[in-house]
Amino acid sequence: MTINPLALDRRTRTMMVILGCLILFSAIFLGAWLYGEQGQVTNLALRKLPPGWNQPFGTDWLGRDMFARTIKGLRISLEIGLAAATCSAIIALLLGLAAATMGRIVDVSVTWLCDVGMATPHLVLLILISFACGGGAKGVIIAVAASHWPALTRVIRAEVMQLRTSDYIKLSHRLGKSPAWIARHHFLPHVVPQFLVGLLLLFPHAILHAAGLTFLGFGMSPHTPEIGTLLAESMRYLTTGMWWLAVAPGLALVLSAMTFDVLGNNVRALLDPKTLRE
Amino acid sequence: MLESRSLAYRYGRQRSWLFDDLDLQITPGEIVGMSGPSGRGKSTLAKVLAGYLPAGRGSVMIGGRPLPVSGPCPVQLLFQHPELAVNPRWKVGKILQEAKEPTAPLHQDLGIESAWLDRYPHELSGGELQRVCLARALSSDTRYLLCDEMTSMLDALTQAHIWRITLDIARRRGLGLLVISHDTNLIARLCSRNISYFEDTTMH
Amino acid sequence: MLDIQDLSIRFTRYTFGLKKKETCVVQGLDLSIAPGQVMAVIGQSGAGKSLLAHALLGILPRNARVEGRILFKGKPLTPERLSALRGREIALIPQSITALNPLLRVGVQVARAARLSGISKKDTPTTVNRAFSRYLLQKEVATWFPFQLSGGMARRVLTATATVGMADLILADEPTSGLDPTTAREALGHLRELADTGKAVLLITHDIETALQVADMVTVFCAGTTVEVAGAEDFKGFGQLRHPYTRALWNALPANSFVGTMKPVERTSNTIGCPFQSICNKQDATCGLSSPPLKHSGNGRVRCHHA
Repeated sequence: MTINPLALDRRTRTMMVILGCLILFSAIFLGAWLYGEQGQVTNLALRKLPPGWNQPFGTDWLGRDMFARTIKGLRISLEIGLAAATCSAIIALLLGLAAATMGRIVDVSVTWLCDVGMATPHLVLLILISFACGGGAKGVIIAVAASHWPALTRVIRAEVMQLRTSDYIKLSHRLGKSPAWIARHHFLPHVVPQFLVGLLLLFPHAILHAAGLTFLGFGMSPHTPEIGTLLAESMRYLTTGMWWLAVAPGLALVLSAMTFDVLGNNVRALLDPKTLRE
Repeated sequence: MLESRSLAYRYGRQRSWLFDDLDLQITPGEIVGMSGPSGRGKSTLAKVLAGYLPAGRGSVMIGGRPLPVSGPCPVQLLFQHPELAVNPRWKVGKILQEAKEPTAPLHQDLGIESAWLDRYPHELSGGELQRVCLARALSSDTRYLLCDEMTSMLDALTQAHIWRITLDIARRRGLGLLVISHDTNLIARLCSRNISYFEDTTMH
Repeated sequence: MLDIQDLSIRFTRYTFGLKKKETCVVQGLDLSIAPGQVMAVIGQSGAGKSLLAHALLGILPRNARVEGRILFKGKPLTPERLSALRGREIALIPQSITALNPLLRVGVQVARAARLSGISKKDTPTTVNRAFSRYLLQKEVATWFPFQLSGGMARRVLTATATVGMADLILADEPTSGLDPTTAREALGHLRELADTGKAVLLITHDIETALQVADMVTVFCAGTTVEVAGAEDFKGFGQLRHPYTRALWNALPANSFVGTMKPVERTSNTIGCPFQSICNKQDATCGLSSPPLKHSGNGRVRCHHA
């Protein structure tokens, strides 16, 4: 009949995947720290080398090791992405809660803001905001933080609104519990998992957009080896056949973003009580 | 005494009145039935009587005064689907503690086992969860229990058992019970009288 | 049509961290339905009975392990055969309106059920119309959304989704829950009508009185196992029922003695002997030694050493 051997290890698999993702991210940060300034060291004797044993990602036109540069750049991208995503998620939490609990006018205004945010072409909005904030890391973080909250806001708003109409919430009130107690004991446990998972899933977007902004020239200065910078610089050399200058950083970026996605989905599986015991 | 005076309710200004000009009384210690087909408004009436919904017209009085707006309500409602009446993310122990005083003798009467306290609601059976909801509803402030199809989802043995305990507790504490059910045999067994307002098929 | 022998369903649960525990929820379930027959499965609300329906459709959760033999139309029901037959020859009438997509009109959903059961695109509109008129639903109901349906209409639409195709085995899981007597009688009438056209109907419910209105045979299910298989007429007099649990269940009805029992009869993995020893008044030494087999008694079967 039906046999499910893999199912027995689902919990183990989930936890191992989460652990794996966290190890990967620690490795990136550790690697960046260990490599120090090696990515900046120019060695004109080793220019334009394709990937090989001594240089896993090759070297660029100034002889700088691409692997070191990529790791460093990845770390910077991750930092910016994480900072921006966290700000965005907190904005989303506050706005979502406010919209669901503070009456009709607040709800309508927040929903309108969400709609505006989602309707505006994303990249245009990002460019405008980062330009207005003077570019650099600060500009990128503000731009990404200010444009990524609408989706999560709607999720949190919907979750809280649905909760408020649940029978057990009204029952709690009828048992004599105050609104503050209900918010702390009923709403929060429901919202926190959503918030956490939403936060984790925001990271890929934030990281990719930060890199994208820098690529277009609206972000960090060209001196910092942020992934976007690396990609922008490599554009000039693609036609001369130095494919590794673009592929290596690009692939690294995409893979890190995907890892966050995997992490987010597995954390979600772990936090839902129905699948918790599975 | 729990009473409603000219009670009326509808779901919105465009809809028709679910019930109108309804007067009913339940005295402490009395067991009253309310029969009728589903979907006619019995559950909505129960919600208005328990303070979950505001009355459209008329009023609900307990001991001559309106229902309290905050604090524990002396009228408690028990739902047909216990799994919807509890927070699915809470453990059973926490659900039981939400009532003002979780008392061990009451738990024993209802057959609530300590092994359940560590489980989640979806891990208990319907009958077990309904007993948990009963325990939660029976704090010392409760004077009236509105049982809305409380045992319709349960098998005959569990149903008979739960009603035996409920009647026993109601008798000891002098609680008033409203038994809402479509099972006329059940109402005949339990109740001293029946409200047939919703039986009238010419209402709608 | 359907023959189940010694079915058991086990679940693995994580207790803490990575520790696992296996619970056996169903064990020793035997069931047989012939074409044209309505077989009711009666038992406590909760895990066991619905799991049977899910096992027959292959939609058990991932941590479930199924053992035993299931024969459908004489041939074993393997997982591959199951996924081919699901929706086509084996259909489920869902328990509640939440099984329908709240954003699609009901006509569209019944049409989709028809397509999934193998009816061609050309024939679908006529089949859907026929299904609707068979259950006395007006044409405009097809354009309504699920939330606009009353309880009785919803029940009829759900029945239509299962019967619009050519299914020979219909599974009805708690078809009358939450319905008033008139609508319930109507829903049961549909099931009887389906059986009379030669299909086999498995009716899963906790409500004996409901089941007896239309069932031919009744399987009584308790503590995860079949305890008795009886004909519907056995319930008319009290003395015909064979197993103590069945008698207790019948006795517990409000129309009868309305007597309940406290101890839930649970199966633990180290139960030796009959799980009903604690509540049975006919128990003796043999009951503690081995779990009784399901044996024939009259025109039914019973799992008791003393029947």
